[in-house]
Amino acid sequence: MEKENFTISVYTENNIGLLNRISAIFLKRHINLDSMTASQSEIKDVFRFTIAVKVTEEQVKKIVGQIEKQIEVIKAFYHKEEQIIYQETALFKVASKLLFEERQIQNVIKNSNSNIVTVTPEFFVLEKTGRRREVDALYRKLEPYGLMQFTRSGRIAVTKEKMHISKILENFAPEELL
Amino acid sequence: METQTRTLRKETKITTERMTGAEAVIRCLLAENVDLIYGYPGGAIMPVYDELYKYQDQLHHVLTRHEQGATHAAQGYARTSGKVGVAIATSGPGATNFVTGIADAQIDSTPLVCITGQVGSHLLGSDAFQETDIIGISTPITKWNHQVTKAEDIPSVLAKAFYIARSGRPGPVLVDITKDAQFGELDFEYKKCKGVRSYKPVPETDPKSLNEASRLINNAKKPMIVFGQGVILGKAEEELKNFVEKSGIPAAWTILGLSALPTAHPLNVGMVGMHGNYGPNRLTNQCDLLIAIGMRFDDRVTGNLETYAKQANIIHFEIDPAEVNKNVKADVAVMGDVKHTLSQVLPLIEKDSYDSWVQEFRDHDAIEFEKVIKTELFPEKEGLSMGEVLKSINKETHGDAIIVSDVGQHQMIACRYAEFTTSKSNVTSGGLGTMGFALPAAIGAKMGAPNREVVAIIGDGGYQMTIQELGTIFQTKVPVKIVVLNNDFLGMVRQWQQLFFDKRYASTEMVNPDFIKIAEGYHIKSKRVTKREELQDAVNEMIKSTESYFLEVCVEKENNVFPMIPTGASVSDIRLE
Ligand SMILES: Cc1ncc(C[n+]2csc(CCOP(=O)(O)OP(=O)(O)O)c2C)c(N)n1
Repeated sequence: MEKENFTISVYTENNIGLLNRISAIFLKRHINLDSMTASQSEIKDVFRFTIAVKVTEEQVKKIVGQIEKQIEVIKAFYHKEEQIIYQETALFKVASKLLFEERQIQNVIKNSNSNIVTVTPEFFVLEKTGRRREVDALYRKLEPYGLMQFTRSGRIAVTKEKMHISKILENFAPEELL
Repeated sequence: METQTRTLRKETKITTERMTGAEAVIRCLLAENVDLIYGYPGGAIMPVYDELYKYQDQLHHVLTRHEQGATHAAQGYARTSGKVGVAIATSGPGATNFVTGIADAQIDSTPLVCITGQVGSHLLGSDAFQETDIIGISTPITKWNHQVTKAEDIPSVLAKAFYIARSGRPGPVLVDITKDAQFGELDFEYKKCKGVRSYKPVPETDPKSLNEASRLINNAKKPMIVFGQGVILGKAEEELKNFVEKSGIPAAWTILGLSALPTAHPLNVGMVGMHGNYGPNRLTNQCDLLIAIGMRFDDRVTGNLETYAKQANIIHFEIDPAEVNKNVKADVAVMGDVKHTLSQVLPLIEKDSYDSWVQEFRDHDAIEFEKVIKTELFPEKEGLSMGEVLKSINKETHGDAIIVSDVGQHQMIACRYAEFTTSKSNVTSGGLGTMGFALPAAIGAKMGAPNREVVAIIGDGGYQMTIQELGTIFQTKVPVKIVVLNNDFLGMVRQWQQLFFDKRYASTEMVNPDFIKIAEGYHIKSKRVTKREELQDAVNEMIKSTESYFLEVCVEKENNVFPMIPTGASVSDIRLE
């Protein structure tokens, strides 16, 4: 089976220890994460992890099974690229003087669909959001002029299909144990 | 009458009591019907020990000689009683000494609640005296863990801990309680946990899967069952027996499934896996339907997966969705609690029998008997074999004893030859293979089933890993019977060195102490047997003893355990010599 890019969405109770549990699942199998981000989800007090990883579908299925097994995980899903809308954000810190010394840089910025976040006499910060290859393309164009700093976020994604998390939570009814 | 109880219940709900976190820990344990815990005190857990002193009439604490011993004893207790085992220790080294037992309980699905003390919350993260990040350390080896830093959280966290440990596929949980949370006060009210929003202990059973499974079962020509500990954990022994008897399908077991079906049952065809029986291993690759019940296709069971049961349809009865298709692809997965799913599938299957197919197992048994069992149980050589010791024990206990085995050759011999009439009678470290497990686990096993005979079978190597627990036996007077099968070697490793490393016996020869003198030091009755003529009488004396008893049997030094599937080989390539 071929390796593919998968995005894993994990809905969890807001719990600090969970980050450790989830990353341990990848660590044990020597799987490198392309990225992992955590944030509030659309549901109150429910957290959402978005993990990007390159593995076979068989592997991703097993990983999702192991993730979902963790007590505080409400639900985990994996998605193929075409099932999601995804983005990454990058920040480029560039010396302001380049704007005047290297005129072409203005064209690069203009055509890049990026935003200038801040400008000071010494530097300006450019924010670019898009797919990885778009961010990479801008990187390649700016890099020759010299970047003071560069950073890129992990992938964030929403799915085209519904995930029915609220329904799972609503259906929860504590049961009497034997 | 009824209304009265209702109002009474209401009243008890409203009443809360002011108390310290430490006292609340004890009250939570009592509310969970715990009357016995295993542990070892130290600075960070002292407030709880102080309360244990006050509550000693209601909650018995067994002082083991090492925290590892406390976890294994709690495991032994859980395995024979079916209840949650509880172990308690201090922070730092106390907590880290828990690690092996917790890992063992995790891989063998044993319900444990482990409680550790922790430094004061203001010191967390400051490398304080005896501070270790036991939450970080225990994360990959617990079903759940949690650190409590406030007294008022103790009841709800412990309630959740017990619920998680025992529900669904059981497992160990760890609750780490800072010292200030033990000293702090709270209004105590205990509500048993009845569910956790993000956790579904038992998956729903798809009725289609039951139909599919019964269709495959009813059409099979050469079906075979392999059952595991899920049957015991799910209290489904009766359902398994009914299923086996109605379907007429021969049933084999994994090492942890042993005793769920009596060993003498006519359709019990023995053990699968590395040192399992010849028939069930070979016929795994000839059956047309493999019905896995509450087992997880461990690599010691399957050998090489590429050549495992490829010809067969596979039905997997399983409670843990993560186990399905993990190692072996299931054609039909029947999710749910086996007690429920087996009773659901029973009316859908036809009464049947497979005489000539069962005969194939018996034919393999005959070959195994000639090549292996005869020399093991009826040796002609002068030296004693491990198998004849088990045979002698069977003779005295009639298969009614609980056998607790350690790890190594003696473990495989014990599981191969011990006879069982009753479930929850085989206690061994399966998934982790923890040497040193048996002696403390036997203590817990006996306390969990006080009316039953408990015999520990241990190698001279593993015995010395937790030998200090003889102190616990002496102090508590728990009447466990200890058999050390002494070959003066780390036998199982030596066997591998002989077979796969040209007999280069690197560090496997043991120069042993006088085990009898050690037992005497603890005032435990003891005897050493070196000759066949003395064996049966000695075993008889041991079983008759109402106190604990230590029996050392000096066995042949370089015997090997067969059959054997070499690592990475196929179940078909099981070797008889
Ligand atoms: C804690 C631990 N360390 C090492 C091992 C590896 N190991 C497996 S079996 C074995 C030998 C056991 O020797 P002994 O207890 O004398 O039993 P025998 O095999 O001779 O019956 C060893 C060292 C283990 N399973 N557990």
